[in-house]
Amino acid sequence: MADAGAGSLHGGDSALSCLPEEQELSQRLRRLYPAVNQEETPLPRSWSPKDKYNYIGLSQGNLRVHYKGHGKNHKDAASVRATHPIPAACGIYYFEVKIVSKGRDGYMGIGLSAQGVNMNRLPGWDKHSYGYHGDDGHSFCSSGTGQPYGPTFTTGDVIGCCVNLINNTCFYTKNGHSLGIAFTDLPLPAMISNQFMELLQEYIQHLFKSNLYPTVGLQTPGEIVDANFGQQPFVFDIEDYMREWRAKIQGTIKRFPIGDRLGEWQAMLQNMVSSYLVHHGYCSTAAAFARITDTTIQEEQTSIKNRQRIQKLVLAGRVGEAIEATQQLYPGLLEHNPNLLFMLKCRQFVEMVNGTDSEVRCFSARSPRSQDSYPGSPNLSPRRGSNNSHVHSTGADSPTCSNGVLSTKIKQSCSKYQALSSSSSSSSSSSPSSVNYSESNSTDSTKSQQHSSTSNQETRHLAFLSFFYLSDSEMEMEAEHYPNGVLENSSTRIMNGTYKHEEILQTDESSMEDNCPQRQLCGGNHAATERMIQFGRELQTLSEQLCREYGKNTMHKKMLQDAFSLLAYSDPWNCPVGQQLDPIQREPVCAALNSAILESQNLPKQPPLMLALGQASECLRLMARVGLGSCSFARVDDYLH
Amino acid sequence: MACVLEAPLRMSVLSEVTASSRHYVDRLFDLDPQKVLQGVIDMKNAVIGNNKQKANLIVLGAVPRLLYLLQQETSSTELRTECAVVLGSLAMGTENNVKSLLDCHIIPALLQGLLSPDLKFIEACLRCLRTIFISPVTPEDLLYTDATVISHLMALLSRSRYTQEYICQIFSHCCKGPDHQTILFNHGAVQNIAHLLVSTSYKVRMQALKCFSVLAFENPQVSMTLVNGKHKVLVDGELLPQIFVKMLQRDKPVEMQLTSAKCLTSMCRAGAIRTDDSCIVLKTLPCLVRMCSKERLLEERVEGAETLAYLIETDVELQRIASITDHLIVMLADYFKYPSSVSAITDIKRLDHDLKHAHELRQAAFKLYASLGANDEDIRKKIIETENMMDRIVNGLSESSIKVRLAAVRCLHSLSRSVQQLRTSFQDHAVWKPLMKVLQNAPNEILVVASSTLCNLLLEFSPSKEPILESGAIELLCSLTQSENLALRVNGIWALMNVAFQAEQKIKSDILRGLSTEQLFQLLSDSDVNVLMKTLGLLRNLLSTRPHIDHIMSTHGKQIMQAVTLILEGEHNIEVKEQTLCILANIADGTTAKELIMTNDDILQKIKYYMSHSNAKLQLAAMFCISNLVWNEEEGSQERQDKLRDMGIVDILHKLSQSSDPNLCDKAKTALQQYLA
Repeated sequence: MADAGAGSLHGGDSALSCLPEEQELSQRLRRLYPAVNQEETPLPRSWSPKDKYNYIGLSQGNLRVHYKGHGKNHKDAASVRATHPIPAACGIYYFEVKIVSKGRDGYMGIGLSAQGVNMNRLPGWDKHSYGYHGDDGHSFCSSGTGQPYGPTFTTGDVIGCCVNLINNTCFYTKNGHSLGIAFTDLPLPAMISNQFMELLQEYIQHLFKSNLYPTVGLQTPGEIVDANFGQQPFVFDIEDYMREWRAKIQGTIKRFPIGDRLGEWQAMLQNMVSSYLVHHGYCSTAAAFARITDTTIQEEQTSIKNRQRIQKLVLAGRVGEAIEATQQLYPGLLEHNPNLLFMLKCRQFVEMVNGTDSEVRCFSARSPRSQDSYPGSPNLSPRRGSNNSHVHSTGADSPTCSNGVLSTKIKQSCSKYQALSSSSSSSSSSSPSSVNYSESNSTDSTKSQQHSSTSNQETRHLAFLSFFYLSDSEMEMEAEHYPNGVLENSSTRIMNGTYKHEEILQTDESSMEDNCPQRQLCGGNHAATERMIQFGRELQTLSEQLCREYGKNTMHKKMLQDAFSLLAYSDPWNCPVGQQLDPIQREPVCAALNSAILESQNLPKQPPLMLALGQASECLRLMARVGLGSCSFARVDDYLH
Repeated sequence: MACVLEAPLRMSVLSEVTASSRHYVDRLFDLDPQKVLQGVIDMKNAVIGNNKQKANLIVLGAVPRLLYLLQQETSSTELRTECAVVLGSLAMGTENNVKSLLDCHIIPALLQGLLSPDLKFIEACLRCLRTIFISPVTPEDLLYTDATVISHLMALLSRSRYTQEYICQIFSHCCKGPDHQTILFNHGAVQNIAHLLVSTSYKVRMQALKCFSVLAFENPQVSMTLVNGKHKVLVDGELLPQIFVKMLQRDKPVEMQLTSAKCLTSMCRAGAIRTDDSCIVLKTLPCLVRMCSKERLLEERVEGAETLAYLIETDVELQRIASITDHLIVMLADYFKYPSSVSAITDIKRLDHDLKHAHELRQAAFKLYASLGANDEDIRKKIIETENMMDRIVNGLSESSIKVRLAAVRCLHSLSRSVQQLRTSFQDHAVWKPLMKVLQNAPNEILVVASSTLCNLLLEFSPSKEPILESGAIELLCSLTQSENLALRVNGIWALMNVAFQAEQKIKSDILRGLSTEQLFQLLSDSDVNVLMKTLGLLRNLLSTRPHIDHIMSTHGKQIMQAVTLILEGEHNIEVKEQTLCILANIADGTTAKELIMTNDDILQKIKYYMSHSNAKLQLAAMFCISNLVWNEEEGSQERQDKLRDMGIVDILHKLSQSSDPNLCDKAKTALQQYLA
């Protein structure tokens, strides 16, 4: 289970194949074109067996092209395009073709063409088609007549084709030597325009014209060529060429004139730094900065400190306390923000599973502070150490099962599940899934019969989710994983990557991750688990209530589902949805809460610095989409240290 | 004391300068050292960026006083440092400023200052020295007058990044020619400067690199050391060529790329790096081609083209690669478009800039075309097909700038190696006319290339041959053979040889007359084997077709026979002797000329001797003589046959007819047949 989950987590390319050469290709492509989002715009990796004329034969993983027609005259020409067009976000794209054999006459063309261009032709002869031909060394720019361009090429030569998506030119190489610009008017938007209409027009043009595919064409028998889309190191030093353009573009940015508004500029920068510090509650730094730069801080010190305290609580995983503190300091805030409250509660539930939230931590003696804030908390729960023997006795055959502290019901279910999951290897005590199902069912669900499903996995989930009276059939989904949690997609809230959890937690004497090699549900405490389940029910109720009041909210549903899914696994930290337990997932919640507080105080919910950063990133994304290649050499990351 | 000495000078110019300048100088003479220091500091602030103020202070005699203060042991280090700074600032001004400073013997004073233990003072002195030495008015030799200076500078290289920067800059500006290179090299320049190539300071890296580019330029010793000296020079575990290649990367500053390409070029030409090494083929060459592109500054384009011309000059494979790289041949055509018509109208500043570089650009382009077309016919064709190429060369031949003329001739020379072009474009553009003009009163370096070009234009198949002869080429060539310059002598006689090939009687007589017998014999005894060979070639060409042979031998027979005897008796290589025997064979082909041989027993014995020589080529040449002599259709053949039989020639012929060498065997049989008929 864990393995399958890990495999699918990577997604994308590695899932395609694990061959070493494929990996090398992927690695090289990632290095060459780091700005390309390959999920959105895949890179060419081979010739397309579907997008070719029938005189073309493909072999060797669709990288070798041979001619199999009659080759009498130009009417017998045949081309093949690559599987994908060249994404603009490459900035600079390059591929090479080795002439394995020039065949009878060596009428070979190497170049680019748009989708839909006739394949019964050599590249370059038609509109939206460009080629360099071996027999005469001419370049063909969408025309039947060529221009003298470079030397001829023949058997043994390696011809490279480089598309520069920044200035929309193309040049070829022969055996590693650049032959100079061949085409200067490739159909890609050339310049960014301030005027929206022009941009739009260009964009439309782009949609129709661009998307050039690497293309080769052959015309006489015996002609064979091999492509290199990055499978092998290139003969030409393309990376050096890219370096030049990266330097050019970064130079342009560096030299961008800011005019005579120098004073304003400085004030603006100071304001950005200051507001950033304030936003994240670095109050003494902010104060020092204000003092030195002779600026003022909008927000009051106490307010900053309050936010800082709340943020620390969230980041420490003590969401319950954070909610309480927020309600105390900012009465009405959460009431007016039911979505935020729900998010916080979901997080709180996750933290309960994690064993970090105060509501479950109070069952352990670990945190003096939570004891302080919860004076009425019950007696100390048994220490984890005393449970260990229990764990070993029950979990002897499944070492990863740490269910020794679960309530009997859950313990049973969990061990069953554990056995089930390992049944393929060895299971002595595994009960059939149906038994598992009914057993869990019998505990508290009356409505769950309708969930009877065929797949084992679903069954398992349903078994657990039925605790919470799930009534919506939409919940019958397989446990999916959301790499970045729900929050990130949900809004524009900015994550603050600068917090270090260790630092924040260091006032706390204990940290779950540090102390126990074997993490346990709710800190391994029976009472805590009961509390967690109860809290889960409350959360479910809240969800239904919100649904009634504000209508269906898929986001909520998903959050809830993800959170509850944790219970479906014996070791939630090592399960497909286990990522939720990662302390890093507290950050979006923390940011959302912080933003909401700031908004309630009539302060910007995002620091201008982050806004600018986000805007820059978004700009680059947009540039990639409309085909402005320079985006690939001006990445925001390059400027963040 | 200084006060008293300088007072009269100051009086004489007082009227011309402002009171404020005078005030600054006056303060240098204050008795309170503290006030002097403050005066110098104020002066420093006053002169920065103010050329007029600088000139005023120099006129008022501030320099000797500053130098005095700088050298005075009693001056505080601070004062001495400030003096050096002010002097450096004065040197930053006009060339006249530098001249004035030099007149006051500033260099020895500053060099003396380098012996101080104080780093700040040393840096100030070096900075000032740097500024003075990079000025074109400063003679570089001033650096080398005292042998201890260089070693002291080498020692100072370790002191700080500023000493490193300034010293490297001084070296790279003062290293002109092999003597300077050797001095610096012997002081361990390579080892001392190598590690500066990886300094954290860009300026230091750059100046160190420049040092290497001048040290290695046309210097095999330095070049070899850079690659693999006895003590391998490693910097951060890497060899210097690897470091240079890194500096070629396309995101490095252009200046750095260009300079490191120059280093690698020198190393390649010195044979330290193979011409097929990937660092040359895939890095240096493409980098230099890029330097020729329109995007580069004019200076960079000039330097790039010249360096590339040098790199590929002697290697046809590099020429081929360069010729296909980035449309270089077309790109170079742009070098002739300065000043452009646009710049003249729109921008006077740009026009000035363009004009200044126009000559340099043209000569650089010609040089590179010359290298590109040196060996490959296809490349020559591509060059000539470039827009207006022949017109540009023709124009270049008559430009006022010697540099451009020389480069144009070199280019023409390179292209003249093409038979096809000689027949076509050279004829179409009457290239010979400006070429003949260039040959009149040109300096030797131009003459060498131009006469060599003329050689090619005078080849038998060249349509230019006749008009060139008509315009008095023979006289010119004959005078070249008398030159002190060996290359000119070779070219002169070579051209005459080409002229004489299958020429008509009149031309041959013109040559003999123009050359004079004495000069001919002078050339035959020339110490240079090339001159001797070409002279013999000329003789051989003169002595062809029977009427010509008889005519020439009737007038010059005696001297020629003498010369031939001398050469056959002398210590010469096989080729020379073979050529001489061929001349004899030609003489033997004459009707009356034959007798000159038959009556000369000495020569006959020599021919006999060479028939049995160990070298087959000489045997064959001797056989030609015999064959011509015994040919029986001609008058008096019977007598000649008899005489030769008596000499034992027939026996040798019989022996040779058994030879394993088919040529010899055939020739001997043919000769024997003459006896049978």
